[in-house]
Amino acid sequence: MTREQIRKTEGFIALALSTFAAFLGLFWLVFILGDVLVHGLKALNLSLFLNDPSPPGTEGGGLRNAFVGQLMITIVATLIGVPIGVLGGTFLAEYARGRKIARLISVLSDIMVSVPSIVIGTFIYAILVRPIGHFNGWAGAVALAIIMIPVVLRTTENMLSLVPWTLREAAFALGAPYYKVITQVVYRGAAAGILTGILLSIARVAGETAPLLFTSFNNSFFSLDMKQPISSLTVTIFQYAMGPYDSWHEQAWAAAFVITIFILILTITGRLIIKWRYR
Amino acid sequence: MAFISKKNPVDLIFSSITAIASFSVIIIIIGILYVLVSESSLATGRFGIIKFLASTDWNPVTESFGALTNIYGTIVTTFLSLLIAIPVAIGIAIFVTEVSPNFLKTPIGIAIELLAAIPSIIYGMWGLFTLSPIMANYVEPFLQKITAGIPLVSILFQGTPMGIDILTASIILSIMIIPFTASISRDSFNLTPAVVKESAYALGATKWEVVKNVVIPYSKLGVFGGIVLSLGRALGETMAVAFVLGNNHRITTSLLDAAATITVTLANEFAEADNDVYLSALFYLALVLFVMSFITLAIAKFFLLKAERKYSR
Repeated sequence: MTREQIRKTEGFIALALSTFAAFLGLFWLVFILGDVLVHGLKALNLSLFLNDPSPPGTEGGGLRNAFVGQLMITIVATLIGVPIGVLGGTFLAEYARGRKIARLISVLSDIMVSVPSIVIGTFIYAILVRPIGHFNGWAGAVALAIIMIPVVLRTTENMLSLVPWTLREAAFALGAPYYKVITQVVYRGAAAGILTGILLSIARVAGETAPLLFTSFNNSFFSLDMKQPISSLTVTIFQYAMGPYDSWHEQAWAAAFVITIFILILTITGRLIIKWRYR
Repeated sequence: MAFISKKNPVDLIFSSITAIASFSVIIIIIGILYVLVSESSLATGRFGIIKFLASTDWNPVTESFGALTNIYGTIVTTFLSLLIAIPVAIGIAIFVTEVSPNFLKTPIGIAIELLAAIPSIIYGMWGLFTLSPIMANYVEPFLQKITAGIPLVSILFQGTPMGIDILTASIILSIMIIPFTASISRDSFNLTPAVVKESAYALGATKWEVVKNVVIPYSKLGVFGGIVLSLGRALGETMAVAFVLGNNHRITTSLLDAAATITVTLANEFAEADNDVYLSALFYLALVLFVMSFITLAIAKFFLLKAERKYSR
């Protein structure tokens, strides 16, 4: 073979391998999603949403307690995490723009986004579960809120920074104080982006399991009391999938199906908003 | 831009509220560190630092605890998963930036993002019900067959293939981190100036030579940062490995044995720890994990920032 041929062959092999890698990635996605769809749809029925769990090992029953519990924990976490995240991001992008402290907090937030969520679970256990004496729903919600804050904070900061500075100057020139400029001009300009950040952060915490294991724990009965252990879909999936009964496994697949669809819809909606607004 | 404006009282209040909100991140980090250190004081007092990190003993009955089996499990699964994930992720990035026809770029990009959005518990459950039987029935016996008789390598695949082991856990972990590494690598590759690439093409370089000699050297900082970031994520991943690793406090040489990572130990034992020393030792483990991943993530961030500065120049 001539030198040219060797170079061409080498290039062909390398690029073929990279094509193979890309299709391997697609293959895993199709494999996992397909599996969740097939098993989940098979196990999905109305009683899953309307009934509470039946005694272990018996057929029937549903996961109403887990759906309601998951919803409550996620909503409370959003109510705590989103305002703190949005306001914190506002400080970094507006009042502290360009200052060292803003850079430090951004970097720390980026690190916090990836810090193991189970560590946050142990932290909340020490401050909100042990002093109270038992697992409770509030602890789970706070743990999820702590995971949400850095995500929302960073997207808010980025989105506010995209709003042109001249827009603020125009408002200043009309005599508006800074807080009015932020709430009435900057927030409006960045609303779509901030909303996307919030959606993605909800998608992120909706699938979290590790921080709930020893904060909100689990509850096989229907409960609306956030002061008591409360059931969540993710912890229920963990318990049911590791459990010995086939009926548990089926319900775990169904719960996995619901939570995956929910998260994918949120993620895709977020992407669409970004695409529609910023391109 | 005033740090905190003094002219208008409402502005002062609003800016203070935003400042408090953003300082919450620092307060949380210090809070976590403080709580973990003080909660683990019983265990640090009894086992010390070196002895805890170097001991393989994990026995709740005799109240003797050491972290080495957990750290070993964490490092082995992380290393193996990166070994699988890095080539695939970089391959995906090369495909998306250089090889793929335009109409395929968006679908593959979306697919990678969706793969990243799937929660880890779904990966774990899928691993338990779908991947683990495949591993036990087909992949692991096959690996044993082809490695049989090769010294050293065959040690890695000793034992009965059960599917609940280090190898299965590492594969699931690798599928989980591929999207992170791939998307950061893709973004870094995309930053290579077209002029530089075109000059290489003009010299007669093939596409692969451009990737190998121009794109990768130019973007290596960013790619490296992405890899370290995935490393930090893999260290702390819990649910994806909790289903298929077993919880076995032993150091094993075979990849077909069950093991324990720090996260898996916490997930399985924390809610059940029935005495103070046990609980304190678990807090100590959490502290070790927090410090390990925090340092790793900080290093990753350092490289990514450095890369950002380089490209923005």
